[in-house]
Amino acid sequence: MSADVVVASGGLDCHLMSGCGFPAPGAEIFQFDAIYTFTIGSLAFHITKVTFLLLICVVLILGFFIYAFRSPKLVPRGAQNVGEMGYLFIRDGIAREAMGKEGDKFVPFLFSFFFLVWLSNFMGIVPFAQIPVTSIFAIPVAFALVVYVTWVPIGIYKQGFFPFFKNMMFPPGVPKAMYVLLAPLEFMSNIIVRPATHAIRLFANMFAGHLLIASFSVAAFYLISASVVGVIGSVASFAVAVGLTGFEVLIQALQAYIFTLLAAVYIGGALHAEH
Amino acid sequence: MINVIAAVSAVVAASGAEGEEMPSVLAVPIDELIIGIIAFLVVFGGLAKLALPKIKQTLEERTNAIEGGIERAAKAEAEAKTLADEYRAQLAQAREEASAIRTQAQADRSAIIEEARAEARTAAQQVTAQLAADRSQATSALTRQIGELSVTLAGKVVGQSLDDDARVRQTVEDFIADLERQATG
Repeated sequence: MSADVVVASGGLDCHLMSGCGFPAPGAEIFQFDAIYTFTIGSLAFHITKVTFLLLICVVLILGFFIYAFRSPKLVPRGAQNVGEMGYLFIRDGIAREAMGKEGDKFVPFLFSFFFLVWLSNFMGIVPFAQIPVTSIFAIPVAFALVVYVTWVPIGIYKQGFFPFFKNMMFPPGVPKAMYVLLAPLEFMSNIIVRPATHAIRLFANMFAGHLLIASFSVAAFYLISASVVGVIGSVASFAVAVGLTGFEVLIQALQAYIFTLLAAVYIGGALHAEH
Repeated sequence: MINVIAAVSAVVAASGAEGEEMPSVLAVPIDELIIGIIAFLVVFGGLAKLALPKIKQTLEERTNAIEGGIERAAKAEAEAKTLADEYRAQLAQAREEASAIRTQAQADRSAIIEEARAEARTAAQQVTAQLAADRSQATSALTRQIGELSVTLAGKVVGQSLDDDARVRQTVEDFIADLERQATG
């Protein structure tokens, strides 16, 4: 548990039976002050802990994969082996799974998303970082927006402007009268709800996971007191916080996978009209 | 998922209740949004330019190498099979040749033996003929000498020379002819 959380949750002296109520962590644990601010044009850029961690993620990913694939050998060793496993997972498990052989063109795109999202999520359990970068709503929104402005133009380019919307809003095999209901729903679902859920799914999972870990960590700290209930509760809360951290590792990878797979499915759907 | 939504809405509600100084967790500051987009584009650009083309190429090369290896192995196998067939054919041919040679040798042996026998027979006949010739020569020489000696001896016995007497010679010859007749008869 980071010091920010303790301070944000009522200070070091706030314990059970010290006359202090449980300082449940809230939205404030997702607020960070700017470390550094610079201005481009009229827009001020605030570099906070989260944006700094995102920068670290970018550097780590570029560093690792450029190092791993610097001079790839036919018989892989060490870092190349690990990197290749990642590459083949994205190519065979996501790109080809969702788009077939055409997916090979989009492997770099999906590869970048998977590892950037995964590492951003992973920052939630890295000591001292301890905040999933993707639990700050703007970051998943940025990622989902990139996916959105990729698959929509691809669909318009591949299918043509009107056929793209026609294929989307008037799926075949439905009674004509249903289109009155279906067309606006399909439009809403694909053009408005889809990017929103794409971002919110990732954000909310990371946000909730972090909030849970923070809550139990604060509880473990708060319950330290000269009472049986306090000690048992403190130990139990700590155990739960540790267990949740392990669980979060799975969720982080899973959400990165889901985000990337959905991106692949959206692009795959845009390449060909649904039948 | 419902829990997640509940948690989010609870926090949103809480932050809303605390007043305006605490921004909503659903706020999307434009600077963070731009930084997020740039972060992705940098990762994408860097990986797509510097890392992934190399590994893609390597994977393709590996596929080719493996496919090539399989092809080479198949070719080697076919070659080995051809060689084995050739070898087997040669072996069979050699066996056939050997048996032909054996048969030939058998035939040659009988021929040689036959020839040797014939030669031996011829030689034996020659020797026999030679012997017969020698004997007859010796016989005639002896006959002549016996005649001469007998005449000489008879002359000595009767005390006169009968050497040059044509009559005597006739007598001797008659005598010898008699002897021969007796010998053959």
